[in-house]
Amino acid sequence: MSASTETLHTVRSLSQEGYKYGFVTDIEVETAPPGLNEDIVRFISAKKEEPGWLLEWRLAAFRAWCGMTQPDWAKLNLAPIDYQAATYYSAPKQNAGPKSLDEVDPELLRTYEKLGIPLREREALAGVAVDAVFDSISVATTFKEELSKLGIIFCSMGEAVREHPELVRKYLGTVVPQNDNFFAALNSAVFSDGSFAYIPPGVRCPMELSTYFRINAAKTGQFERTLLIADKGSYVSYLEGCTAPQRDENQLHAAVVELIAHEDAQIKYSTVQNWYPGDAEGRGGIYNFVTKRGACRGARSKISWTQVETGSAITWKYPSCVLEGDHSVGEFYSVAITNNRQQADTGTKMIHIGKDTRSTILSKGISAGRGQNTYRGLVRVQPRAQGARNHTQCDSLLIGDRCGAHTVPYIEVRNPSARVEHEATTSKISEDQLFYCQQRGLNAEDAVSLIVNGFCKEVLKELPMEFAVEAQKLLAVSLEGSVG
Amino acid sequence: MMLEINDLHARLTDGREILRGIDLSVNAGEVHAIMGPNGSGKSTLAAVLAGREGYEVSQGKVTYLGRDLLAMPADERAREGFFLAFQYPVEIPGVNNMYFLRTAINAQRRHRGEPELDAGQFLRIVRAKLKLLDIGEDLLQRAVNVGFSGGEKKRNEVFQMAMLEPRLAILDETDSGLDIDALKLVARGVNQQRATDRAIVMITHYQRLLEYVEPDRVHVLQGGRIVQSGDKSLALELELRGYGPVEDAA
Repeated sequence: MSASTETLHTVRSLSQEGYKYGFVTDIEVETAPPGLNEDIVRFISAKKEEPGWLLEWRLAAFRAWCGMTQPDWAKLNLAPIDYQAATYYSAPKQNAGPKSLDEVDPELLRTYEKLGIPLREREALAGVAVDAVFDSISVATTFKEELSKLGIIFCSMGEAVREHPELVRKYLGTVVPQNDNFFAALNSAVFSDGSFAYIPPGVRCPMELSTYFRINAAKTGQFERTLLIADKGSYVSYLEGCTAPQRDENQLHAAVVELIAHEDAQIKYSTVQNWYPGDAEGRGGIYNFVTKRGACRGARSKISWTQVETGSAITWKYPSCVLEGDHSVGEFYSVAITNNRQQADTGTKMIHIGKDTRSTILSKGISAGRGQNTYRGLVRVQPRAQGARNHTQCDSLLIGDRCGAHTVPYIEVRNPSARVEHEATTSKISEDQLFYCQQRGLNAEDAVSLIVNGFCKEVLKELPMEFAVEAQKLLAVSLEGSVG
Repeated sequence: MMLEINDLHARLTDGREILRGIDLSVNAGEVHAIMGPNGSGKSTLAAVLAGREGYEVSQGKVTYLGRDLLAMPADERAREGFFLAFQYPVEIPGVNNMYFLRTAINAQRRHRGEPELDAGQFLRIVRAKLKLLDIGEDLLQRAVNVGFSGGEKKRNEVFQMAMLEPRLAILDETDSGLDIDALKLVARGVNQQRATDRAIVMITHYQRLLEYVEPDRVHVLQGGRIVQSGDKSLALELELRGYGPVEDAA
């Protein structure tokens, strides 16, 4: 059984009502005092024994952040966030970094078991290397040895800073600069850990690289930072899964993901996001403010984002592609579900810079309960992008009559040879469809799940196989109680 | 007794009464035909029996296999072996026809405490039924009813009926708008479905289908009531003189 299949079995078995990951792990943690100032930034950097240049980099980000205000252009209704009340560093207390799984706190391992990531068995698992991020410190990285034979580096960000500083220094912040936006600046100042991967020229990564994020400590913002570099002619597929325990207060999550694809390289980045969405009345839940961006630096490079967003109280996320190399390709496939009081403002940016660059956007938004779902996407064709092509398809599905779906496309074309297409549809699950399924013996929830899965099919088929199964089940779980 | 309808009255949510006291008994092993002019309440009867929303039963009782049919939710009726072939089958984009059917069959099997069919077992049954009905495989890999012609949709309904093997099947004008080959296919489906422990009710506007399926009983529905019942000769009689005189006779 694969890791993600087990995850979904765990989802199923833990409980049939409410959020499935609402347990808290009781382990000793080392925590910074609440609030954010230069001392906290220094504290984090010191804790991580970082070189001076990185501390300066963080401080520059912090100073930029101080002069910025939280963006309010998204169609989101949220209470003001007190950034001085949050804690910016929380790590499981350990004597020294674990050398092997045997040294990892057994309580921690049990948490992963509940999540369905069988750390102990994973070596036996076919082809999934997991870099597990627990709050802020990356606990253990698997398959590292096997990957290193191919010259692939896959480790925590902290380790990368120590072991491969030249690579980190060369690429960090080159796709998402420190002052890119409010949340990216915050992340740059206080990021605690994350994943790092480097695929050397001509290497096809033989397994799906995978990271599971989990927010555990109360009132802890999680600020992970992912940096993924695919050198010339290489290929990598990266999976990211996210969960968080159930709490009444909102937890902040502001991650940054940077992807770099050199000449002829391909990166496939898949996310299944299942952060705690809050309860039916909208109490609690994760605020998910994420900056994800990939740069297609080289000619004929390709970056493909696939996301299934079922969780979080608030999602603010626009995985984007900067198509610098000639003939480079950007893709964005998205399913976003909002149920109860969830809000999502998500989409992508495709920036065409190189000649004959192509991009595809396929977005499926599903709104149920009182959920609000906005697609926001930018397609920009720069003057030099001769022959650029974009096709955008945005479909919205409404379940019930108290939810909302919104589509906000921005199209900027500065080259007359470009061709940009935008199609959008909005539909409702009809009584006829429901009744037809029920007349064949399906109960109402299975019927909705079937119809929704059909609606999302084109996106789900972009996911790696085992992830797709998990995503399908998550869709069903997320929509529980949306009809009836 | 398979189905027993006593004095069934039903109205639309806007208050219009469509069914005005239906009495009908269907035994296991029987095939019934319900005929009648447009607007007589034929499709409403099928919808109310299947549990579609939008109708209010104001009076009367329906017993299905000894149970109160009207007290059961629509999906439970289906799992208890009650099948409706839709007059207008519904499209479900992105959902593979085979996947849909297997999901339905397994939902019904679970309900009966039978093990679910795996992909291989399911496929073997599909092949057998296709052969029996002389249906091609062309519809199987498409999304449920999406882009199907009228005839293909009806063919799909009959195929679903054959796969689900219901105790009681109601065909709501499945024969309307079909060419002669499609009509024969529907007839084949009904004739294959005939068994001593099953029953079939065909709702139809025309006598044409009855040339290929011999009904045990024929009923005339008019103005929300069954105004005349008889054997298959009644259908021929109707064909000759139309519905008008029947009303007078009632």
